[in-house]
Amino acid sequence: MIAIKNVSKWYGEFKVLAGCTTQIEKGEVVVVCGPSGSGKSTLIKCVNGLEPFQEGEILVDGISVGGRKTDLPKLRSRVGMVFQHFELFPHMKVLENLTLAQVKVLGRTPEAAIEKGLRLLERVDLSAHKDKFPGNLSGGQQQRVAIARALCMDPIAMLFDEPTSALDPEMINEVLDVMVELAQEGMTMMVVTHEMGFARKVAHRVIFMDSGRIVEDAPKEEFFGTPRSERAQLFLSKILQH
Amino acid sequence: MFTGFDFDVIARSLPYLSQGMLFSLGLTVLSMIGGIVLGTVLALMRLAPFRVLHLPASGYVNLLRSTPLILVIFWFYFLVPLAMKRLSGDAYATGIGPFYSALIAFTLFEAAYYCEIIRAGIQSVPRGQVHAAFALGLTYGQAMRRVILPQAFRNMVPILLTQGIILFQDTSLVYVVGLTDFMGAASKIAQRDGRLVEMYLFAALIYFILCFLASYVVKRLQLRYSVGR
Ligand SMILES: Nc1ncnc2c1ncn2[C@@H]1O[C@H](COP(=O)(O)OP(=O)(O)O)[C@@H](O)[C@H]1O
Ligand SMILES: [Mg+2]
Repeated sequence: MIAIKNVSKWYGEFKVLAGCTTQIEKGEVVVVCGPSGSGKSTLIKCVNGLEPFQEGEILVDGISVGGRKTDLPKLRSRVGMVFQHFELFPHMKVLENLTLAQVKVLGRTPEAAIEKGLRLLERVDLSAHKDKFPGNLSGGQQQRVAIARALCMDPIAMLFDEPTSALDPEMINEVLDVMVELAQEGMTMMVVTHEMGFARKVAHRVIFMDSGRIVEDAPKEEFFGTPRSERAQLFLSKILQH
Repeated sequence: MFTGFDFDVIARSLPYLSQGMLFSLGLTVLSMIGGIVLGTVLALMRLAPFRVLHLPASGYVNLLRSTPLILVIFWFYFLVPLAMKRLSGDAYATGIGPFYSALIAFTLFEAAYYCEIIRAGIQSVPRGQVHAAFALGLTYGQAMRRVILPQAFRNMVPILLTQGIILFQDTSLVYVVGLTDFMGAASKIAQRDGRLVEMYLFAALIYFILCFLASYVVKRLQLRYSVGR
């Protein structure tokens, strides 16, 4: 479903990504972790072309993300993305946040878009908030709306970039629950997170990044058993203490 | 204190003065709209990653921002009719009329200032918003129209209006080319009746009241917006 082949990226002289290679199959859930600044966000943003990269190739459903002839907006509309800071559109009500792209990008009728939006709001248990502005919701609620907004597009895969790290601790679980459910339904997911409980529960594989490199890419059991690299061991022992 | 002054001259010339005021307000509102529209286009060009777009826009903005407004007004008032005569070969072509030359001059001039305000406004919208819009599959144009510009303009309302107040004051400059805006009307009557002190005091008072009220409104708006976010 997602194939990342030898991708390298530079910011000027600085090499953010160094020959990253991995693959995510249909229905697979892959957790990406690693220290801050290791290039996790950059890598996940390369997958839907939000960041350009200079070397290598990324294929999503067989389509090359960096390809000259690729219709990027169309490709992106098929891949959902959830951000650390939610990024709901603050000038639109919750329901409008959910319908905008359905109408403008997928060409659905407003009625169909509203129906779909309401269904997904129901799913994340926020129907009562459809006419509020995002600013009036809690962080956890906003992130659930953001997930619903992405799901409205019927994505073939979902990308999450630290979806719970901007949340107050008591709100983390309400978001993780939605993600776990999604994973169990067979959604293809690439999730940057340090929530190892989530990884243990639903991940198939765990990728560990350091300094722009994929240092470890192992099935979950193996990763939590004995990570091969010292860096990963150190990192794991640090975050598992919390 | 004001013995020897004739404030009645104001009452007598009120219709003429209000006509002038209408001209000033019309010129302000229309060149504000024109300036904001053109300024938005320029801002988008300046932010574009392509040289062919941002170089001309930067050049334009820098040129107009380093030109005195009065010169731009002169250009349009005197040079455009000349150019039109040359181009059309018709010695009697008078150009586009004083109101429109003033309107064009102000629009072009203000656009350079609005461009910079709007550019800053667009840049004040967090990058994550652009990413979120793109991630949903919106095109550049859709993302701008639906997501970025509405937020940018909402942040910019107070400063755009403040620029409008400055513009309103600046429209008084058109009296130098003989147009009868409010200032022009006041000064014509002042000269005609020899009532300089009365008329210029009155004009100052009116400008002060209008601008003061407008600034007050802007301040209220600013407060409302800063609370709302
Ligand atoms: N726009 C940018 N310009 C220059 N450097 C950047 C930019 N964005 C990120 N970086 C750098 O790239 C590195 C990787 O960033 P990021 O992918 O956000 O890391 P992570 O998500 O793993 O914390 C960091 O060192 C960061 O400082
Ligand atoms: Mg990050």
